[in-house]
Amino acid sequence: MSTSVTATQTKWWNGGKSPFNLEYGKVMMWYFLMSDAFTFGAFLISYGTVRFSSNSWPDPNHVFNAFPLAGHANLPLAFVSLMTFILIISSVTMVLAVHAGHNGDKKAVVKWIFWTIIGGLAFLGCQAWEWTHLHEEGAWWGRNPFPNANGTAASTNFSNFFFTITGFHGFHVFSGVIINIIMLIMAQKGVFERKGHYLMIEKAGLYWHFVDLVWVFVFLCFYLI
Amino acid sequence: MSNDATYHGPSEVVTTHDVHHDEHHVHHHKETFITKYVFSQDHKMIAKQFIVTGIVWAIIGGLFSVLFRLQLGFPNVDFPILETFFGRWAKGGHIQPEFYYALITMHGTVLVFFVLTAGLSGTFANLLIPLQIGARDMASPFLNMLSYWFFFTASIVMVSSLFVQTGPASGGWTSYAPLSALAEASEGSKVGMDLWLVSMALFVVSSLLGGLNYISTILNMRTKGMSMTRLPLTIWALFFTAILGVLSFPVLLSGFILLLFDRHAGTSFYLSDIVVNGHVLDNEGGSAILYQHLFWFLGHPEVYIIILPSMGIVSEVLSVNSRKPIFGYMAMIGSLFAIAILAFLVWAHHMFVTGLNPFLGSFFVLLTLLIAVPSAIKVFNWLTTIWRGNLRLAPSTLFSIGFVSLFISGGLTGIFLGNSTIDIHLHDTMFIVAHFHIVMGVASFFGMFAGVYHWFPKMFGRDINHTLGYIHFWVTMIGAYLIFWPMHYEGLAGMPRRYLDLTPWVSFNKFQTLNEMITIVSIIVFAVQLMFVFNFFYSMFKGRKVTSTNPWGANTLEWTTPINPGHGNWPGEIPEVHRWAYDYGKDGREFVMQTEPIGTNESKDH
Repeated sequence: MSTSVTATQTKWWNGGKSPFNLEYGKVMMWYFLMSDAFTFGAFLISYGTVRFSSNSWPDPNHVFNAFPLAGHANLPLAFVSLMTFILIISSVTMVLAVHAGHNGDKKAVVKWIFWTIIGGLAFLGCQAWEWTHLHEEGAWWGRNPFPNANGTAASTNFSNFFFTITGFHGFHVFSGVIINIIMLIMAQKGVFERKGHYLMIEKAGLYWHFVDLVWVFVFLCFYLI
Repeated sequence: MSNDATYHGPSEVVTTHDVHHDEHHVHHHKETFITKYVFSQDHKMIAKQFIVTGIVWAIIGGLFSVLFRLQLGFPNVDFPILETFFGRWAKGGHIQPEFYYALITMHGTVLVFFVLTAGLSGTFANLLIPLQIGARDMASPFLNMLSYWFFFTASIVMVSSLFVQTGPASGGWTSYAPLSALAEASEGSKVGMDLWLVSMALFVVSSLLGGLNYISTILNMRTKGMSMTRLPLTIWALFFTAILGVLSFPVLLSGFILLLFDRHAGTSFYLSDIVVNGHVLDNEGGSAILYQHLFWFLGHPEVYIIILPSMGIVSEVLSVNSRKPIFGYMAMIGSLFAIAILAFLVWAHHMFVTGLNPFLGSFFVLLTLLIAVPSAIKVFNWLTTIWRGNLRLAPSTLFSIGFVSLFISGGLTGIFLGNSTIDIHLHDTMFIVAHFHIVMGVASFFGMFAGVYHWFPKMFGRDINHTLGYIHFWVTMIGAYLIFWPMHYEGLAGMPRRYLDLTPWVSFNKFQTLNEMITIVSIIVFAVQLMFVFNFFYSMFKGRKVTSTNPWGANTLEWTTPINPGHGNWPGEIPEVHRWAYDYGKDGREFVMQTEPIGTNESKDH
């Protein structure tokens, strides 16, 4: 590399510009997501310590085996797989919305944000059905009807952690849907077009992908293990 | 007011924050009382809001300590005036047990969180970050304003808890479960505990909004030429403080959410096999120790959240006032970084006596003792900074030197406590109280005082009275050692902390007069703090007007602004930076400001 090239290279950390080439809101969003990762991390590690200090734990294949309109058919983890699929698809539509934003394509942004919102609402609907179903079976905070895998009576902590952590995640999805609805309205009204960029969509996208990523861990810890 | 107007497309983000702020220093929109003093988005005003709220809290928290010291120093004396003020909480002029526990709980909560976290880093991060890195304001002035108002709301909720019939939370500032989880366990675990949790949750939000802003401002908004290694150490310290807060407070929030469910939703996260008042609870499967892990994962970084801003302030003040460059600038940054990392890896040293596996404990002993290395590096660097310096003994310098003294004294006892075997003897004794008050409580206060005396001219355009400052320093310095030094002996003799009345133990009777002395000194020291508060507010309105923009002859950018900077800080262009912050006594010149370009014949070192 010749010296003349080095001389014209941007000195990213020397001030006067963002060292990551990011505007401040995105830096903030990344740090917020790190912070939120610690919140979920604390929940999941708490769950892990309590679970591993218990002699036995209910088997998710027996607890989560119902499917809407399927009667008493034994379909372990089928419904939660559908939920997970919906949420991951909503991440794909979010990627497409951000991509459309890069191209300044207002119509496409509105379309893909709309489908992301639908995906989020569908996920929340599924979660509402699952909670209702478990509630009907007698599970709630402080109540757990499901026996341990080894046949002994389980403590209530299976339900306690399940409702608290999936509830906290569901609250994040709900906030994400609200944010996306605001993004939809702003995009529709041409706010981003006038600003000349769709950065807000990108930030909403970061949050949405994070919420999806958290679900992968929740899914792993509550349904698969 | 949003900064995205400055975004120039994805190719390169230039922080030309002067462009969009131009409207502010032209002042063509009128500021009302509300936008200027109440819902202000100016970082300097928000800093003032933080310090004034912090002062109010410090008086409340300090007063609580005086009240429970009265009980400890004079357990057999009636104080009818206490009954006049506190009614049934001090029946017959005696502080009642529930009241006593409420007092120590609130003293800890208020001083740790509301004064030394919000009042210290809230004040100085807001004041110094934009001024010292050369920015018009924070990255997001709006979120910055919200940060204060969340703190304010948290304060209102906490104050309201003092007035509920069953009293405020009284399970200690750590609020350990199961005591805090069961309303029937104590008076303070009733509605007072709920208000405490709500207040703390609001406080976590405030801290998060503030921290995100501080981090992105420091990373993104530095003026041209202000590379990270030209930043004053105050900014580095505040940067690590913000990162610690952003990563540790959420874990506390998780712990609080689980605690709220245990209190109100019948869950058993922290509860198992409990009998209260002969009544057997059906909770099982939870773990009380889990709460301690979640709490101390915040709780330990929290003590560094408290001490790091003071370390930064002291580094800056000592260098300016000894007219010498800070010694070991890169080592200072490195040790701040090492402390920030280690802060997350030592929390279980608060839990050596919980039945923690001794093998696991030995790792926490090792990591805890490792903190002595960066701490010692910092102490040596402060001492070598003032070594043979041309010391200007302003109140800020005295408080900084006092900080170093306290940090050494309190830090050495930390090495005792970090050893799990010795900790078994010293845990929950007055030795602990002595240790953390000296190293974290009083030392951080000294850093805060140093900052207030040093930057008072910048905050208010007036000087704070120095004579009262000297009295403030000497009484506080001598008083702090008289109060806390003897507590080491009490603790080594096994005297427990948090006990209402130690007179039934014959073995502790020999400490009675010592306890009286401690109480009397703490009243004197408290009175002198009130004198400081008077000095603060009097000087704010009546102090000698500052005539020079750079009264201390300092190098950093805040002294290039007008004496009373408007919103936007610099009337013209933001100055460019050409050198680090510590060119004192270079080439025979007393100080060279950061804005001065490197001369052709200038010597090379930095």
